[in-house]
Amino acid sequence: MTISNRKFTLDIITYAALILGGLVMVGPFLWMISTAFKLPADQFTRTFIPNPATTENFEQLWTILPFGTLMWNSFKVASLTTIGQLLTCSMGAFVFAVVRFRFREVLFIALLGTLMIPYQVTIIPNFVIYKALGLYGTQVPLWLPAFMGGAFGTFLIRQYFLTIPLDLAEAARVDGASLIRIFWSIYLPLAKPALAALAVFSFLGSWNNLLTPLIYLPSDLQQTTLPVGLSLMQQQYSGKWTIMMAGSLISIAPIIVVFFFAQRFFIEGIALSGVKK
Amino acid sequence: MQAGLKPLGREKWWVLLLLLPTLVGLAFGAFGSVLATVGLSLFKWDLLTPPQFIGIQNFTDLATDTSFHEALSNTVRFSFTYVPLVIVSSLSVALLLNRKIHFVSFFRVVYFLPVVSSAVSVGLVWLWIYSRDTGLLNYIIVGLGGEPVRWLSEQNALFAVIIVNVWGAVGEGMIIFLAGLQGIPKDYYEAAQVDGATEWHLFRHITLPLITPSIFFQTIISTINAFQAFEYIYILTRRGSSSSSVPTLVYSIYRDGFNFFRMGSASAQALVLAAIIFILTLVYFRLQRRLVFYE
Repeated sequence: MTISNRKFTLDIITYAALILGGLVMVGPFLWMISTAFKLPADQFTRTFIPNPATTENFEQLWTILPFGTLMWNSFKVASLTTIGQLLTCSMGAFVFAVVRFRFREVLFIALLGTLMIPYQVTIIPNFVIYKALGLYGTQVPLWLPAFMGGAFGTFLIRQYFLTIPLDLAEAARVDGASLIRIFWSIYLPLAKPALAALAVFSFLGSWNNLLTPLIYLPSDLQQTTLPVGLSLMQQQYSGKWTIMMAGSLISIAPIIVVFFFAQRFFIEGIALSGVKK
Repeated sequence: MQAGLKPLGREKWWVLLLLLPTLVGLAFGAFGSVLATVGLSLFKWDLLTPPQFIGIQNFTDLATDTSFHEALSNTVRFSFTYVPLVIVSSLSVALLLNRKIHFVSFFRVVYFLPVVSSAVSVGLVWLWIYSRDTGLLNYIIVGLGGEPVRWLSEQNALFAVIIVNVWGAVGEGMIIFLAGLQGIPKDYYEAAQVDGATEWHLFRHITLPLITPSIFFQTIISTINAFQAFEYIYILTRRGSSSSSVPTLVYSIYRDGFNFFRMGSASAQALVLAAIIFILTLVYFRLQRRLVFYE
């Protein structure tokens, strides 16, 4: 009797704490939505439900910034980044997991060693090189590095490839399949969960990235991405919160919608990377 | 002997092709860049006039540069507040979610939401919440009878930014800790309960030792994230076009490198940042031997 009473009390405390914490987590999002649908004149009313509700801010956004273009640019850069990572990381991962060759272990350790190199150390020489190549002010520096593999993605996929029994590849080999064939027809289809996790990371990382586009496309509204566009709007429209919240809402809406439908991939991807590291 | 398939005849070229992007990335993207940064740190260069070799002067200049000291001090204070807060809050949420309760996947989504959201968009909402005269937070404080706080003034901005960074990272830590907690065999708890252990004993002598590997992993990841934090700081503390009320090392690298085009000094600062992260990671791995429990 006392034990089940204790459990009941602890359960109540657990739910209360989780709900309170949950309100802190979603509160800013709710406030964003609430403000975005208020009339500019009503921005300082603290009522949660906008009265009257309006879509005026969203219509105005398009006259302030080329929002459609910014969104398309972000989408294009994030898609290219994702394709580049999926392709080149899985290629490298296959070689490290399945192919036997000299220097394999040394190369793999060198690759893992790059995890220790902070991003900030590489941005300066990269900037100098892209500028010398005449690519400053274009989108190329935002997605090209994704086509050069990378320790995180290669490691993630390789660990998954290692769970596929080698007998499968050996049997295909006996039947005369080439390495490329084994990669394409056996390993890639079987590694869908890991590929999905890497796709999510790559797309999100690129869509939300501020620093890289800020360096290469700090002010060109026809070329740059959403985060830079929003931060430029922050400077020009400071104090006009209804418009800024509408802009913020539009930039996160696509990600949130995808997140609600595919949250399994997002969350399991994080767990996959954490446990296997 | 390695396990694996041996490439036959012309297949060697295919293997090279598969590995080529990785090799290019290793040579140019990673190790080449580090060498280039070391090289650039020995020059004075504004990208317009030819670079001028000045030896280690960029580093000796940093030793007496007060704005660099300020950035360094902000970064260290940021990290040493942020890391414990993230660990404690995400571990707490994970422990709560690991009790046998309903709606676990709903709560997971709620706590994970900030992780997937653009820091710029969310940073703008926090700017609005923190705003001095009109913000939601001061409205609540005044409503409760308090005095309005200047959240983003120079005294408070560091703390305000840390809170937002913690808020944005709880979800990720929670997932890592949940995975760690679910890996603990149930019979450990059952055996201890038979012996009459209390909930606190279970936590102190089973849960805590067995998730030290997750805590270790999360501490390293959070420390690296803390030293590289940029986006919320950029949105919340920017004044004018390029200064900040609480500049951090990354902010200072960004400003010196890409606003003032002091490539040498920015390279030197990036190397200092890398050295700090490297040394801290080594220290953690040393401590790991004593503090982390592996089955």
